[in-house]
Amino acid sequence: MTPNLYLWLIPVLPLVGASINGLFGKRFSRQIVLAIALGFSGAAFVMALWIAAQFSSLALPHVEFLASWIRAGDFQVDFAFYLDQLSLVMLLVVTGVGLLIHIYAVGYMWEEGGFYRFFCYLNLFMFFMLTLVLAGNYLLMFIGWEGVGLASYLLVGFWFTKDSAASAGKKAFIVNRIGDFGFLIALFLMIKHFGSLNFAQVFRIVSSMPAETAGAGLLTAIGLLLMVGAAGKSAQIPLYVWLPDAMEGPTPVSALIHAATMVTAGVYMVARSHVVFDRAPQALMVVAIIGTLTALFAATIGVCQTDIKKVLAYSTISQLGYMFMACGVAAYSAGIFHLMTHAFFKGLLFLAAGSVIHAVGGEQDMRKMGGLRHYIPWTFWTMTAATFAISGFPPFAGFFSKDAILWKAFSSPYGSWVYWAIGVFTAFLTSFYMFRLWFLTFFGEYRGEAAGNHGDEHIQVINSRAVAPAPHEHGHGGIHESPKIMLIPLVILAVLSVCGGWIGAERFDKFLSPTLHAGVTAYSPEEVTAATPAPEPKEQRGSESLFTAISVLAAASGLVLAWLFYQRRPQLPQEIAHALGGFYEAVVHKYYVDEIYAAVFVKPLINGSTRILWQGVDRDVIDATLDNSAEGAREVSDAMRHMQSGNLRSYAGWIAAGAAVVIAYMVWTGTR
Amino acid sequence: MVPLSYYLVLSGILFACGVTGFLIKRNIITVFMSIELMLNGVNLSFVAFAAQWHALSGQVFVFFVMVVAAAEATVGLAIIIAVYRTRETLNVDRINLLKL
Repeated sequence: MTPNLYLWLIPVLPLVGASINGLFGKRFSRQIVLAIALGFSGAAFVMALWIAAQFSSLALPHVEFLASWIRAGDFQVDFAFYLDQLSLVMLLVVTGVGLLIHIYAVGYMWEEGGFYRFFCYLNLFMFFMLTLVLAGNYLLMFIGWEGVGLASYLLVGFWFTKDSAASAGKKAFIVNRIGDFGFLIALFLMIKHFGSLNFAQVFRIVSSMPAETAGAGLLTAIGLLLMVGAAGKSAQIPLYVWLPDAMEGPTPVSALIHAATMVTAGVYMVARSHVVFDRAPQALMVVAIIGTLTALFAATIGVCQTDIKKVLAYSTISQLGYMFMACGVAAYSAGIFHLMTHAFFKGLLFLAAGSVIHAVGGEQDMRKMGGLRHYIPWTFWTMTAATFAISGFPPFAGFFSKDAILWKAFSSPYGSWVYWAIGVFTAFLTSFYMFRLWFLTFFGEYRGEAAGNHGDEHIQVINSRAVAPAPHEHGHGGIHESPKIMLIPLVILAVLSVCGGWIGAERFDKFLSPTLHAGVTAYSPEEVTAATPAPEPKEQRGSESLFTAISVLAAASGLVLAWLFYQRRPQLPQEIAHALGGFYEAVVHKYYVDEIYAAVFVKPLINGSTRILWQGVDRDVIDATLDNSAEGAREVSDAMRHMQSGNLRSYAGWIAAGAAVVIAYMVWTGTR
Repeated sequence: MVPLSYYLVLSGILFACGVTGFLIKRNIITVFMSIELMLNGVNLSFVAFAAQWHALSGQVFVFFVMVVAAAEATVGLAIIIAVYRTRETLNVDRINLLKL
């Protein structure tokens, strides 16, 4: 008898918070709103810790049944929760980082209108994300999956009076729907062929199937469709376009949803479905290729962005690409490891960026910052930790996870040196654009409006309203450090960004192995020898450290180059941009992907809807049918009306005429 | 023996005369007489067929029609008198209200 962990409580707690704040928050004071929001998300975190504490004594995977949901013949879907090593890691990341960001948001959003609404949405997001992570079957996971999309939409469009925010929210939602479509089809395929959506059952059935060699099999199809879903949610090529726009949302939202948790749902889903991918090498290869390309592609765009949050957004896309690269070479644990460290340092980067934006009164353009390290030292130091972490310097967290991914990309049986080479080059780019951000923001001279007062102890950003038309404008004077409530999460996350990787990829892999290798080892022993590499020989160990050295070197050269460009010789970037000409233009304009999508998909859709569906089908066929038949009925009645004269004699006449017709007909047929 | 078709033609003519009178005449008594004319046109065709086929049912039916016509004439004339007393007219076009 396994103990009852009340797993269902974890997602429901934030839901209760969201409901209370959503229904009554308008009448509460800010203190009560934040007590409710923090209380319930904190309670979820405490429960997650409680579960983690007794984790070693549990029989895994631990499945909890709450209620039955759908029963149709043999097919059955329950409200069931599923806990294993993988979901535990996700659970701790989501509740832990989520709680920190909740705390941060208190400071960040304090002066905003709609304070209760914000925390209601934030708690709602936590509910759906935890449902996604803890779900025991694909359908419940899909509920969470859709729900986080909804919460993302609500939060991106939080400043809904701003047109760009409202349309960014819509874009995020619609692009996600495209991915969801793939996910849904994958679910339908599972229902049709496996007759179940429960993880345990699906994996058992899939495990008994042989690996597919031909590309057209069922598992490959399911794998590819799941990847479509993951690409939508996790912002991979070709569906990544929504994430940069989603930066319109408040910065805590960017940190929580668009860096630490929601966008990693796709990685989680792929890792969760690894049993399927293990048997579909083609699908796995597609995952790896998409991940690798996205990592490179987004990193190059990130190099030329000037908005501090946009840089981080493209960086997130690029890092997610790394995670998919890892999943694509069947190194799921490396992917999840990077997911975890990424949650720490990217969450921190966004929060610190928010703190910077807060400090300079809503300005997001890095060209108008600079020299901030003297004014906001706490933010500077925490951001430094995160920057080194994401660039992959030892001993920061990002180093361990990125190194694990790069090594696996090369050494895994699905790997290839091409992935590795692109990965290393991307690591160089990552380091370059992150240090570019770092130098532009914190070093040199302050280039904002108050530059004239630079050096003065009491810089007054005169009329910060004029400087910052951005809606989260705090109406304060002067560059100033954020309040403590914002700094505490920064510091905690900074510690995690430094130490989070010390677990080591191998120990992490071992911890996750019951989940991530279960499908292979438990059901088809002969495949294990084929799929998992034999213990590496000595010289491979040697080459692993060589590879590590190369990736560290790439990161260091990124740092040096950024220093050269943005610190030592600030005119150099201009010259190089000039030399590159058209290519530079293309990168600055994000390779015109948005424009291409607009021309290829959006425009034809709008035109098609307008011309064919609206004017053609709706107006000219459906409306016209109704209108014309109504018109016809009226004309006919107009004519028929004259028969009803009220004149008795005319009725008699009609009867006589009718009788005459009938008789004539009878005579005519009779005489024939 | 007179052929059947003669009777039928006469019957048709009588019926047509009745219909025409019914439709074009305004005087309610003439209208009433036209109805009688139609009935008798039909009666004529009944008896003609009965004589032709030596079947009694035609003759019997004519008696029924006559009985009904007599009853109808009684009631109809009574109504006409009542109408005349109240409206002081026999023009059907002016008797177009059920209520006074």
